[in-house]
Amino acid sequence: MQPSKGRPRGAGADQESRVQPLDGQAPVPAEEAGQLRYDDPWYDALASGWGESSGDGAQTQPMVPSARTEGETGAAAADVYLEVQRSAAFQEVRRRYRRFVVPASVAFFAWYVGYVVTATTAPELMARPVAGAVNVAMVAGLGQFLSTFLLTWAYARHARLRRDRAALELRWDTQELTRGVSGGGS
Amino acid sequence: MTGEHQTLALLLFSAFVAVTLGITTWVSRNRRGSAEEFYAGGRLFSPMENGFAIAGDYMSAASFLGVTGLIALFGYDGLLYVVGFLVAWLVVLFLVAELVRNCGRFTLADVVAARMRERPVRIAAGTSSVTVSVLYLVAQMVGAGSLVALLLGGTSDAARAWTVIGVGALMVIYVSLGGMRATTWIQIVKAVLLLGGTIALTVLVLMRFHGDLNRLLLTAAERSGHGGAFLVPGLKYGGDWTARFDFISLGLALVLGTAGLPHILSRFYTVPTARAARRSVVWAVGLIGGFYLMTIVLGFGAAAILGPDAVRGSNAAGNTAVPLLALDLGGGAGSTGGTVLFAIVAAVAFATILAVVAGITLASSASVAHDLYASLRRRGAMPRSEVAVARIAAVGVGAVAIALGLLARDLNVAFLVGLAFAVAASANLPVLLYSLFWRGFTTRGAVWAVYGGLVPAVVLVVLSPVVSSSPDSLFPGIDLQYFPLQNPGLVSIPLGFLAGWLGTVTSTEVPDEVKHAEAEVRSLTGAGAA
Repeated sequence: MQPSKGRPRGAGADQESRVQPLDGQAPVPAEEAGQLRYDDPWYDALASGWGESSGDGAQTQPMVPSARTEGETGAAAADVYLEVQRSAAFQEVRRRYRRFVVPASVAFFAWYVGYVVTATTAPELMARPVAGAVNVAMVAGLGQFLSTFLLTWAYARHARLRRDRAALELRWDTQELTRGVSGGGS
Repeated sequence: MTGEHQTLALLLFSAFVAVTLGITTWVSRNRRGSAEEFYAGGRLFSPMENGFAIAGDYMSAASFLGVTGLIALFGYDGLLYVVGFLVAWLVVLFLVAELVRNCGRFTLADVVAARMRERPVRIAAGTSSVTVSVLYLVAQMVGAGSLVALLLGGTSDAARAWTVIGVGALMVIYVSLGGMRATTWIQIVKAVLLLGGTIALTVLVLMRFHGDLNRLLLTAAERSGHGGAFLVPGLKYGGDWTARFDFISLGLALVLGTAGLPHILSRFYTVPTARAARRSVVWAVGLIGGFYLMTIVLGFGAAAILGPDAVRGSNAAGNTAVPLLALDLGGGAGSTGGTVLFAIVAAVAFATILAVVAGITLASSASVAHDLYASLRRRGAMPRSEVAVARIAAVGVGAVAIALGLLARDLNVAFLVGLAFAVAASANLPVLLYSLFWRGFTTRGAVWAVYGGLVPAVVLVVLSPVVSSSPDSLFPGIDLQYFPLQNPGLVSIPLGFLAGWLGTVTSTEVPDEVKHAEAEVRSLTGAGAA
């Protein structure tokens, strides 16, 4: 699909995200696509065509708020999600997320469990002096703080540089498509 | 404690209450009572504001007073708590924050129910969220009661009871009148106050030792009477293997529980996007990490400056180490500086409790109204009534918490917090992770995961030494103890994951590919997020 007018697009960042544009999607009629609002994401929520009427969606929601669309428009919107899920662009975003999160989670969890188990089972090892009053236990404890700060920074950086733009593109495209099939939701 | 301390502390505390009530009326003017507004504060907080609010929600009196006291008394073993409290945020940041923000609207159950049959899943997740919240709430109320009793000198039961009732009434007012917006601002104010107070005390401790951390540690070890053992794990959790397994159990509960705490999850809905949710967690990790690093200095400082005997003399569990340290750092009892610092620390501790209980009350009233009430009542009621139900639920939760807080007033606060974490990690985390990451997860799996973690966690506590047959237990007279550990996490967390897996593989329900696609696309891109 062609990028529509008014899409927020940062200059020079496209080399960074090697995500393919979505191919093989149901085309949206040109005039309708032109009328779609590319709102600030902050306000996009209420006009997202999730089966809840827009604008004052929060007031008119059913008592059991459903996160999914019911009825025949729901079936079509569901196809959109399947299609997006199978697209190369989405799979790239998911791969990048998992490639960071899975090893990092395994690493910090193993490091933490290792620390707790060592602290409770091998105090002699933890008591070994390093410098002055500082022993292995102190170094390991502060190391936990340090690794938490470093991993937080690394995750935020990775997400900002490698995922955010591609995910935002996908969000617009997906919402555009769901709006298209449900008759221009807003 | 002299009358001067009390007057000044009460004055400062009244000022905080006045400010927070002012915030509550100010933010609730001209507001439509929409659910978006009540549960999520309109979703327009900035990452920095939300980061401060998360920190304000998370840094409870248990960590400010309890953990510092533990470090002052047991040295390194207290430090193990802080490490768990902080590392837990990596689970939240990596696996939960952004995805939950994208998938859910107001509660944990929203995320799970999107893929499943809604009614049973909502009832299960709502029940466990309310259980966790009430446990956590009781811990804070008990803490408030004992804090007041200690600070106001007398340990009279009447003073404690009135404090618990007063705190409960205030939190109900904040939540039912101001909703998420008032709660958030109260938490931000509290986080700033708490961090300011902690920074001031830390600087004073470091000045006392001329910035020489090595000497601080050596003095602490020397005065503790344990020598080098004070700086090594094992003083509290060494000993027999039961104690060691208990500690590992607690460590697991701390690191896995945070991501299942309903009042923490609900904070991610107050920002507009998943990116903002991530940035607020980054803020929160910085603030919380800095805070805990300072509590380590304060704990060892209390051991070095006051000595464990003085700390233990005031409160056997060490809960008054920080106020006593403030008194000493300000110039000692009777001096103006000491009086002022002591009063400030006491007021900050009150503020901390109030802000935390407000956050928990809001999260549990959301679970009652949005999940339980909405699923158990017939459909077709007035849409607007959900917020009305939530306000009433806040009053109900407040009443239950006051009643339990009065009953449980002799229980150890840190233990109750550890228990709430264990239940959150057993009942809420497995179902949350499975529904975010497991394609084949089914409704039965979700329901089993919740009850399979919740029921063992609660039953194991009832059968633990905490409830019966040890001198400090709730009912020392009777013998129900069949489980040796105080914290059930080591057993109940794996059981929660196992039950979810078992429920899924034994169910005949075919996992819905389409709904999974929808959930996955929404969780990673934010398409259609509320």
